[in-house]
Amino acid sequence: MNASISHRAQELAASRARVPHTSMFFRMLVRAAVLRRGRALSALFAMVVAAAVATAMLNLYVDVQAKLQREFRNYGANIILAGRDGAGRDGASLPADAPARVDSVLAGRGIAAPFALIVARTAEGQPIVVAGTDFERVRRLDKWWSVSNWPSETPTSRAEDAREMGHPGLIGVRAMAAVAPKNQAFDLSFQGHSLRVTPAGSVRTGAAEDSRIYLSLADFEAWTGVQPSTIEVAASGSPEEVAGIMSQLGQAIPESDVRPVRQIMEGEARVLGKTRATLLAAATLIILTAALCVLSTLMGWVFDRRRDFAIMKALGAPGRLLSGFFAAEAAVLGATGALIGFLLGIGIAAWIGRVNFHAPISPRWSVLPVVLAGSMAVTLLSAILPISLLRRVQPAAILRGE
Amino acid sequence: MFVRLVYESFRRQKRRKLLAGAAITLGVTVATAMIAVATDIGDKINRELRTIGANLVVTPQEDSLDVEIGGVNLKPPTDGAYLNEADLPKIKGIFWHNNITGFAPMLPVSVALGRKSDQQDVTLLGTYFAKRVSYGRDEFTTGVRSTHPWWKVAGEWPEDSSQDVLLGERLATRLGDKSGDEITVAGRELRVSGILSTGGAEDDEVVAPLGLAQEILGRPGAVRRVYVSALTKPEDAFARRDPKGMSGAIYDRWYCSPYPQSIAFQLAEAIPHSHAEQIRQVAQNEGAVLTRIEGLIVLITLAALFASALAVSAAMAIAIFERRAEVGLMKALGAGKLAVASIFFGEATLLALLGGLAGFVAGGVLAHQIGHSIFNSDISIAPIVLPVILAIAVLVTFAGSALAIRRAVGMDPVFALRGEL
Repeated sequence: MNASISHRAQELAASRARVPHTSMFFRMLVRAAVLRRGRALSALFAMVVAAAVATAMLNLYVDVQAKLQREFRNYGANIILAGRDGAGRDGASLPADAPARVDSVLAGRGIAAPFALIVARTAEGQPIVVAGTDFERVRRLDKWWSVSNWPSETPTSRAEDAREMGHPGLIGVRAMAAVAPKNQAFDLSFQGHSLRVTPAGSVRTGAAEDSRIYLSLADFEAWTGVQPSTIEVAASGSPEEVAGIMSQLGQAIPESDVRPVRQIMEGEARVLGKTRATLLAAATLIILTAALCVLSTLMGWVFDRRRDFAIMKALGAPGRLLSGFFAAEAAVLGATGALIGFLLGIGIAAWIGRVNFHAPISPRWSVLPVVLAGSMAVTLLSAILPISLLRRVQPAAILRGE
Repeated sequence: MFVRLVYESFRRQKRRKLLAGAAITLGVTVATAMIAVATDIGDKINRELRTIGANLVVTPQEDSLDVEIGGVNLKPPTDGAYLNEADLPKIKGIFWHNNITGFAPMLPVSVALGRKSDQQDVTLLGTYFAKRVSYGRDEFTTGVRSTHPWWKVAGEWPEDSSQDVLLGERLATRLGDKSGDEITVAGRELRVSGILSTGGAEDDEVVAPLGLAQEILGRPGAVRRVYVSALTKPEDAFARRDPKGMSGAIYDRWYCSPYPQSIAFQLAEAIPHSHAEQIRQVAQNEGAVLTRIEGLIVLITLAALFASALAVSAAMAIAIFERRAEVGLMKALGAGKLAVASIFFGEATLLALLGGLAGFVAGGVLAHQIGHSIFNSDISIAPIVLPVILAIAVLVTFAGSALAIRRAVGMDPVFALRGEL
């Protein structure tokens, strides 16, 4: 054991003696790059571009899911909480603090809007669905509602004013034609209580909302005494995160039935999956092309320096040292190129994010080691390959230009 | 002499030419595949977005208000107008009929469920499941199975001509029924062929073939509303203009663009006494999602074109740089700069055309593969792309060679021949 270690040490010392000074090694590295500026720069340029493209593609691939999920949240709610009565039917009121409990579960991971629904009658006895909701929240949740004018949220301060002016309501376009064709105030009655509503604006959605009247929740509850029976929740995040929020909601409000809006969730999953797959295919192709470009440029560069190689060999440099020299050169080039390319790539990704998604794509530092390792691997490969070919050739043949 | 020089150069330097040609082929392959994917991605994603549901709805023009809460219809059955089922196939006769991926009529009927002692009011929804409809000589299948793909059935989907029904999931849990059982609806014994789960109001309903619902309602041919699923183009300011105020040519352009508005307009034209409207939740958002994804792929295609252009340039530059000695010899024999450059450019053109052609074919295969593995449908390349691709290939090859050729023709033949450059 001891003998073998001392033998190794001797060998090491011997090889050290043969090896020129370390400073010489670095000097050669630097001088080689400085003297052949043009070729070195073109190799570096290829490396930088490849690393930038790879970084941008990987960054986009990682971030596109979050970006598109945000886009899909414009479809509105993906979870619905419905009050449940004893028989398991919908339509029962939720507890009064349910919206607050939902908000505390969401904690900024989405938005929720409560809805209370009843059937009231107009002065002519026509039945009509009246809903109470929080306009501020609906406005952010259901962005596709085409509303001429949102009613202001401030409740009418004095009772006399309210009686005179009426309560502001958002009227569906079809309901508008039926109850207030001239945009005038009208009366609604529910279980003997009547309410005067002034149309503040109209809403068009192409769905059930068009035949409804929306009031602010405060006005609605004061009039009917009915509490919200559904809460629509748009939870953001990946499918797993949404599923987590759903189970938390179920625990927080056990009186309710928590359901996913499958229509939205399944469509979202499909479109996201296909987009990511396309992006992955594109990224693979592009990165492969860029890597091949680097490979051919660098191999050309190393081949071009076969005279340097031959001279070093003729002067008695061992093959291991020569390989080490060219490999070190390639590694430095690869690392420098990767770092500059990474920064450039982040810039490109951020630009694409701003142009296409109107939101910056945040830099993913997890991409850096991948890009760095990939660049080093490509550069080392493109240095080692020509060297192992050259090592077999006599230096004299190379120097004679054969 | 020129032709012979180029020919001999290809014959004698097969390996080098193959290498440069391979780089061009690869670059063109990637470029072609990405261009094909980028031009087709809009249509592909549009079809995927159709899984979110119908984006247009057709209702009777003189309809009274819907009185519906949580899927329970509180509107008196005598109230309101109906569409005529016989008019529905005309949907496939509109200008954009190829963009209609499916439609499903709906007829909700309030019925008493159960026997005399223990009755409850539920909604029975009549619809098409997968009905064969013919318009003129065209035959097609449509119904909720294509327009509402998130509807899941445990058991069997009923036949459209049968007396079988689907029972909503929550309703089934309340009743304790399962598929294969019989239920009593409006005094009729009906077989439950499956349990339906939709995550929506239908979970509390009975869903039946349209014919059965019409029979129970006592109004043959009646349809309350029709959901239409159509491939549309994202809406812009032009789409939102009112067709009534347009002049002839502008109206034609509006009418012949697949905007949600213009397809709705054509649907209302095709079906008498109807009103068609976009379902804004679906129609508005799909435009946004589509624009984002298309924009992303276009930007990435640009990146791919850039990367492949770079790869081709690099390969060409190296290929020319390696032939310094040859240039030196030609110059020593008295060839002018123009003659040398024209030989190189001639070779580059030939390489670009050959590599471009091979790359175009390979790119087509690649695009086809991507289409099948990701979207289960073909991505085809328009033949018009070929000249464009070839032109790009020649241009990029020229650009890549230009610098190297300039350096090659500019050098002193003596140094070049001695290999000192």
